[in-house]
Amino acid sequence: MSRPRKQIHLAAHFPGVNNTTVWSDPAGGSHIDFRSFTHFARTAERAKFDFLFLAEGLRLRLQNGEIYDLDVMGRPDTFTVLAALAAVTDRLGLAGTINSTFNEPYEVARQFASLDHLSGGRAAWNVVTSWDEFTGENFRRGGFLPQEKRYLRAKEFLAAAQELWDSWSGDEIVADAASGTFLADPDAGRFRIMSDQFDIGGRFSVPRSPQGRPVILQAGDSEEGREFAASGADAIFTRHGTLEAGRAFYADVKARLAKYGRSADDLKIMPAATFVLGDTDAEAHEKADVIRHQQVSGQTAIKFLEQLWNRDLSAYDPDGPLPESDPLVGESHISRGRASVRQHRDPIATAREWRALAEEKGLSIRELIIQVSGRQSFIGTPAKVADALDEFVQTDASDGFVLVPHITPGGLDEFADTVVPLLQERGAFRAEYEGTTLREHLGLAPVRSAAERSAAEGVRS
Amino acid sequence: MGEPQSTLHLAVALDGTGWHPASWREPGARPAELLTAAYWTDLVQEAERGLLDLVTIEDSLVLQSEHRFEPDARTDRVRGRLDAVLVAARVAPLTEHIGLVPTAVATHTEPFHVSKAIATLDYVSTGRAGVRVRVSARPDEAALFGRREIPPVRLEDDALAELFDEAADYVEVLRRLWDSWEDDAEIRDVATGRFVDRDKLHYIDFDGAQFSVRGPSITPRPPQGQPIVSALAHRTVAYRLLARAADVGFVTPRGPSDIEAILREIRTEQAAAGRADDTVHVLGDLLVFLDEGAGAAADRKAGLDELAGAELTSDARIFTGTPAQLADVVLEWRDAGLSGVRLRPAGVTHDLPLITGGLVPELQRRGAFRTAYEADTLRGLLGLSRPANRYAAA
Repeated sequence: MSRPRKQIHLAAHFPGVNNTTVWSDPAGGSHIDFRSFTHFARTAERAKFDFLFLAEGLRLRLQNGEIYDLDVMGRPDTFTVLAALAAVTDRLGLAGTINSTFNEPYEVARQFASLDHLSGGRAAWNVVTSWDEFTGENFRRGGFLPQEKRYLRAKEFLAAAQELWDSWSGDEIVADAASGTFLADPDAGRFRIMSDQFDIGGRFSVPRSPQGRPVILQAGDSEEGREFAASGADAIFTRHGTLEAGRAFYADVKARLAKYGRSADDLKIMPAATFVLGDTDAEAHEKADVIRHQQVSGQTAIKFLEQLWNRDLSAYDPDGPLPESDPLVGESHISRGRASVRQHRDPIATAREWRALAEEKGLSIRELIIQVSGRQSFIGTPAKVADALDEFVQTDASDGFVLVPHITPGGLDEFADTVVPLLQERGAFRAEYEGTTLREHLGLAPVRSAAERSAAEGVRS
Repeated sequence: MGEPQSTLHLAVALDGTGWHPASWREPGARPAELLTAAYWTDLVQEAERGLLDLVTIEDSLVLQSEHRFEPDARTDRVRGRLDAVLVAARVAPLTEHIGLVPTAVATHTEPFHVSKAIATLDYVSTGRAGVRVRVSARPDEAALFGRREIPPVRLEDDALAELFDEAADYVEVLRRLWDSWEDDAEIRDVATGRFVDRDKLHYIDFDGAQFSVRGPSITPRPPQGQPIVSALAHRTVAYRLLARAADVGFVTPRGPSDIEAILREIRTEQAAAGRADDTVHVLGDLLVFLDEGAGAAADRKAGLDELAGAELTSDARIFTGTPAQLADVVLEWRDAGLSGVRLRPAGVTHDLPLITGGLVPELQRRGAFRTAYEADTLRGLLGLSRPANRYAAA
């Protein structure tokens, strides 16, 4: 007897505030109007996706000291728009990215518990950390967090939120009008948390939500990020790699679960993926090339180059050769508020590689940036893309994908109409939702309350 | 029946099963559904059937308690609630006209987060958002955040005035952030490759006693430009907050002579704040028990008081009577100078339908209330125009 076909999990990333999103396309709509969010969410739900995903950035990005103006910008508040989307969808999971540095655990726990109630058990939290004073300038506390403490704070933040969600076991509200008993436990919600980052106490004001707590997502490929995810996340959001890189990452992360008493099914691995579809593979590749040129205009290419070179390169011709000089390496950086800046670990070596590549292939600045900055993950006919996605999942390179369309809000429509039915036909993706909560969609076991856990411990000992 | 002689504004304050602590035990109450979207949707849709201007949604960070400064251990009262901003957002797509005014605690939350949350509520409701800012002087509320200590304060303390001054700063930050994108900042200029005109994005550079905020917001200017800001006020420091920062104030007069005194104080503070020409609507709060039969409402109140084990007390005047009698009070208060009233239903599933189906038709018969929504935005319902952006070049 063969094992049942592994099921693909799909999430829909609302098009991001970066150059992946092509705003110049005539099909590109508003990035802020609620109708765009409704359209996108309903497409994802029609296609039976697991969840919708929203990223977050709490300060407009700067380059050369000026607000970066080439990309889509402007976002709604994450919690507020997800709560509104709960009204226009029925089953779709609703995942928000919320920062653990510029928030407080009591408030975030309260907002996610509220969202989980208001969506009937569909909330998810992508926990991210930051430390920069630049973003801190928008907040009461300012840039108070030393960089080396950001993971500590994130861990303690998540642990505090878990404790708050666990402060209600779910059976306290009896609301018996005849006897006058509303609450079975006079102490429900009581908590006291003391750690390096937090010293808080009182009673949590939101009774236990349908999922017990939101689904926890964690992004990041670093050693620390992998361990953090293995210790407690329900899904990990990674960058797309090759099949081989995906399998290596998958094996590595899944192997870390046992030491936390978790099984391989308890953590889903979902790389981000972009896609371009066509009636033929050749047509899809042509479209992909057009999209890459839309994503990387001459001006965008210069800005990308400046991020590595760390200096003003506005005098350079994007259709000409790369600068002869080396990047500036130093404390202050030309670009602020952009996560990818940190990826250039050795700018001088990277610049040499880029120059070598450009010389070898005769590439201009723009063509080079198009080559080095993220080609689409899956390109081809719907059948070819369905095959490739399924192969990733069936060969344990991932458990699914977070799809990132390049057009707002219609960028998911074609995928929903053409690729999803093929995945459903082969039995790799649900044809109908079986459960009502996001945990059920993801095949995750229910979260046990503190009371249930201690009861289970008692049986075992 | 002619045109309304002057526009009357009606609001309803939503809080759990209602404003009487035993209301959850009334027949028809839905105490087991307080954490569901369906419950809040039903209430706000009912308010909208009554053509009300807005609903406010109560909130606090602490679990409900009858102590002023600490949690209690009662089990015979409603306990537990949802975040009010998220409740409003959840209801927004399912309503069309009514204003949505959730409570935010200014003392502890981040103005940057709340500014974009209310802006987003304005987007998802297409122009019907407001916020009621609340000052918290509770040590136990501060302990939930651990960021600051708030000793128990007395009403006459300077510390209370400082908290209200901070709330005024907070509103100033909300408002500056709402204006930090000009309406036409998004240009999508394919020729130059620019999505925004960065000259139309503005640092707000707020630097106050308690916090500073740089800006701009990450959320573009909301549909109303400036969503409605409101607050509840009982005393001078709070009247000053209304006068300096609010579009709508909720006050708690006992009767017409109180109303005149309160309005005098607010208008004097408005002049002192340089806002003499700005509209600040003042609505009087009334906690209402309604019934059609004579004496039935008073009997109902007596029954609830007995269930609660104590006679109801409130900062607001308590009214018992028929919808027609309530209409008399509402019009008397309007004639004393108020823009309208905010009604706190004693038991919301009982009293709200009597507001929408009894009071409102009565006021309409007297030519005193709208018979259809006349505007698409909350500002429009309140007779306020869309304001110019403070940062836009004239």
